[in-house]
Amino acid sequence: MSSNPKRLAEGGRIDRGRPLEFSFDGSKLTGFQGDTLASALLANGVSLVGRSFKYHRPRGIFSAGAEEPNALVTLGTGGRREPNLPATMLELADGMVAESQNRWPSLAFDVQSLNSLFAPFLSAGFYYKTFMGPTRRAWMFYEHFIRKAAGLGKAAMEPDPDRYEVRHAFADVAIVGGGPAGLSAARAAASAGARVALIEQDFRFGGQLLSERPGSEAAAWLQAVEAELEGFGNVRLMARTTAVGLYDGKVLGLVERRDDARAAGQARQVFTILRAGAIVFASGAIERPLVFSNNDRPGVMLASAVRAYLNRFAVLPGRKAVVATSNDGAWRTAFDLAASGARVTVADLRATLAPALQTEASRLGIAVHAGTHIADLRGGRAVKAARLAGAGAETEIDCDLVCVSGGWSPTVHLTSQLGVKPVYREDIDGFVPGPFAAGQFGAGSAVGGYSTAEAIETGHRAGIEAAAYCGKMKPVPAALQLQSAELAATAFRNVPRARGKAFVDFQMDVTTGDIELAHREGYESVEHLKRYTTLGMGTDQGKTSNFPALSAMAALRGATIPETGTTTFRPPYTPVAIGALAGRAVRHHFRPIRRTPIHDWHVANGADMLEVGLWMRPYFYRGAGRDVNEAYVAEMRFVREAAGLMDISTLGKIDIQGPDAAMLLDRVYANGFARLPVGRARYGVMLRDDGIVFDDGTTTRLGEHRFFMTTSTAKAADVMSRLEFQLDTAWPDLRVAVTSVTDEWAAMSVAGPRSRQVLAAAFPALDLSNEALPHMGFTEGEFDGRALRIIRLSYSGERAYEVYVGASAGEAAWRRLVEVGEPFGLRPYGVEALGALRVEKGHVAGPEIDGRTTLDDLGLGHMVGKRSGFVGDVLRRRPALCDPNRQRLVGMKCVEAGTRLSGGAILFKPGETRQGHGRGRITSVTYSPSLGAYVGLALLAGDVATGEEVVAVHRMKNEAVRARVVSPVFLDPEGERLHG
Amino acid sequence: MLRIDCPCCGPRDHDEFRYGGDASVIRPALDDADFEAWYRYVFVRKNPAGLHREHWQHVLGCRQWLIVERDTRNHAITSVALARRPPTKKPPAKKSPPRKSPQ
Repeated sequence: MSSNPKRLAEGGRIDRGRPLEFSFDGSKLTGFQGDTLASALLANGVSLVGRSFKYHRPRGIFSAGAEEPNALVTLGTGGRREPNLPATMLELADGMVAESQNRWPSLAFDVQSLNSLFAPFLSAGFYYKTFMGPTRRAWMFYEHFIRKAAGLGKAAMEPDPDRYEVRHAFADVAIVGGGPAGLSAARAAASAGARVALIEQDFRFGGQLLSERPGSEAAAWLQAVEAELEGFGNVRLMARTTAVGLYDGKVLGLVERRDDARAAGQARQVFTILRAGAIVFASGAIERPLVFSNNDRPGVMLASAVRAYLNRFAVLPGRKAVVATSNDGAWRTAFDLAASGARVTVADLRATLAPALQTEASRLGIAVHAGTHIADLRGGRAVKAARLAGAGAETEIDCDLVCVSGGWSPTVHLTSQLGVKPVYREDIDGFVPGPFAAGQFGAGSAVGGYSTAEAIETGHRAGIEAAAYCGKMKPVPAALQLQSAELAATAFRNVPRARGKAFVDFQMDVTTGDIELAHREGYESVEHLKRYTTLGMGTDQGKTSNFPALSAMAALRGATIPETGTTTFRPPYTPVAIGALAGRAVRHHFRPIRRTPIHDWHVANGADMLEVGLWMRPYFYRGAGRDVNEAYVAEMRFVREAAGLMDISTLGKIDIQGPDAAMLLDRVYANGFARLPVGRARYGVMLRDDGIVFDDGTTTRLGEHRFFMTTSTAKAADVMSRLEFQLDTAWPDLRVAVTSVTDEWAAMSVAGPRSRQVLAAAFPALDLSNEALPHMGFTEGEFDGRALRIIRLSYSGERAYEVYVGASAGEAAWRRLVEVGEPFGLRPYGVEALGALRVEKGHVAGPEIDGRTTLDDLGLGHMVGKRSGFVGDVLRRRPALCDPNRQRLVGMKCVEAGTRLSGGAILFKPGETRQGHGRGRITSVTYSPSLGAYVGLALLAGDVATGEEVVAVHRMKNEAVRARVVSPVFLDPEGERLHG
Repeated sequence: MLRIDCPCCGPRDHDEFRYGGDASVIRPALDDADFEAWYRYVFVRKNPAGLHREHWQHVLGCRQWLIVERDTRNHAITSVALARRPPTKKPPAKKSPPRKSPQ
């Protein structure tokens, strides 16, 4: 026991048979199973655990829960290094390696603690006032040094080797908080027949009951209820789990810490998205500190925390204690300290004290000072003495422990996250949750019921009501009563009295002086106060500082607490590792990848793959050239001179059937489809309701009532959804069914002068003659027992065929085409060559159909003619869309030999000032092997005529190239290559 | 996270759905050449703080377009119905019982 000098000889909820070794700043220490890192440190007599954020003041353990502002440590090494963890929330584990933060070179001697000497200058807004200056120049220079000096722990630079999970879960009744109220609610809701999830951030259930001595009536109650809950088949007990967020639809975000599971290769943390039918908030309350000079010295602790360390962990943090309080609750800490052998002095702010308290105090030999507060503390790295001030003369009392209690604040964070403002209740001088939405209930001290009996009773009722809300109404046995000799926490406002530095927010180093300064400078609203002083902006989100700060501001303004209000609470309640939110969606699992049925062949045959949306497509084939620029030009040549093969499985494919199918197409395409003959295909353009071009593609009439539509790869999902929208909402009378068949068909394009010979060799059973299958014709057959469709369509401008085959036979069909095509010079080509071929032919694609262009802009107005009665027809006639000076599609050709065009270049007239948006821009460019020059497509203002010269300026490439406006169709304007 | 009670699939997370805009605007008939009507349908929105009628499609489920009534102040969803069969608010006139008091 010598290694745990502050550990009591017996008691506590620790397993003395299981000692655990851990290290803190390199020292080897021991604790026991059942300890937190904080309790083990205290047991070892470690009182100094960190340095503060701004002034680098020495700090000790302040609390025993999630509200801890001071005792932040870094855990682990290498990739597992995790900073800013509150030692009070860390379950001690064998081999735990912890380090203190924000100190250099060591915790005991910290160079920057000199900051305290400069403290008069380091007030709120100091950095901005001093370093910002009239320009940002000064700040840019100093920022680096300032950031280095401030801050908390350092994050790991290595990748995190651990696994995380995201889980989806459901419950009828979710109960946040496993204290007496939550336990009681769980028992009632489970008895009523509800599926219950009981969520507790601690590794033990019980809440404040854990601070009662083992063997007490409260401990027996806890044991009985826990055993009963474990016996239910419909209760999920979720310890080590924090409800960090409340979301719409009664959804809770939970983070479970399972460091012990890591060794077994399981997830270290699990983020659970819990969808509940009803929620009971039994999240308890957090004790408020008192504000006085030097109230941040190591050895100053919340009174309830001292009681937890004493009774739950069998640690006596000090032998000479001063208990400073404004309420009855903290007296229990005084009594228990005295019973454990400490010399105790109580300083109560109230002038009149209950006789029962005084009787018990005198029995235990406790010195009592009524109407007294702590004026100041003495001591640096540990508290040495407290100066008490009251009605009489000031007295100084030697001490090594100061227990403070300024009353309690209900934990209203979660219930406020959806924008329901907490409501002030005068009788408890605190904020309780605002009105609950349907299906939400509150119980215990979270809603201001501060006695254990009240927590049990309100929990019981909330459990029954929540279960009933979910329709579970089996009879429920009466609540298990607990008669604990309890001292209610009555409120008495603590008015800060400070001569030196009196801290309100320990973590952000905000003092009463900062609040006074903010008030003087006009930052009176709590939201301004928060941003000006950084109050409440630490990792603890001001769990202990919120109320003292706003009551201080209220006092300065002469306003009431409700007039002053609270700041906004946002998720998460406690910090969450990004890894837990990501779960397994990391690296290549970050988002899905879509592969075509021919993907493996591409990879095996030297394709450089390119991500296009979620799809992986061949960019170019390395066999055609060393790099993309060399390869795409070579691939274009195969297509123009022999034959090329392209995987177009990514096109959106929609099967359209029904007696009114033709009418649907006639409405959604700007050009007519009603009279398309069976067995023929047509290019179609769709508009949005606002008259802008939406997408283009081809649709083939397979039969009288059946069509096969293709869309662009990018718009496949949007077109499908739009068709469904129109059928569901606008034209429910149309007898049409639309089905996405994108994944059912593999698709490949065979293009080039020898394409027909290749196809004929591959599919000898089909008649592919010009008469049987003319341009825009369709034929079908079988390949390998799967359906085969061939549509004669061209994107490249060459004679070309689109071959569709059942997806599972896609690779076999591709291999067949490659094999029989080889003697004809057929080679595969990638998307870069595909894009280049269409530029030569003047076909528009994504860069031109950019959500801003009309049919006329793209030179497609002739397709529509005088037709009307299609989607987008009315609004496409808006005056601004008919302006003759609108930018329209043109071709661009370099004027000077050896120059090249760049996509995105801005177009100016020669001699014009090269500023602003110019007359237009280049949308697509390619080298044209047929023309031996760079050509491009552009959108150019209507007043720059064909034949004129422009300058294409690309500022980032520092280019200005002379180009001539030409027809966008660079090759075969009559379309002779397509036919015959 | 919103939970949308799909009439076909039951309550599901909103990330299975696709938002499709205001369902309270009236789409003009296809052959309606009234520019103002189309302009109002495409561009003019009331956007009140309160109850909205919205189009949502259950894209990762039944793919039905739905009309969801949602309060934008608290995200409470008061009704979900198939867009294809909008709920008939009034029974056909001939079947309605005679009014007890004159209006």
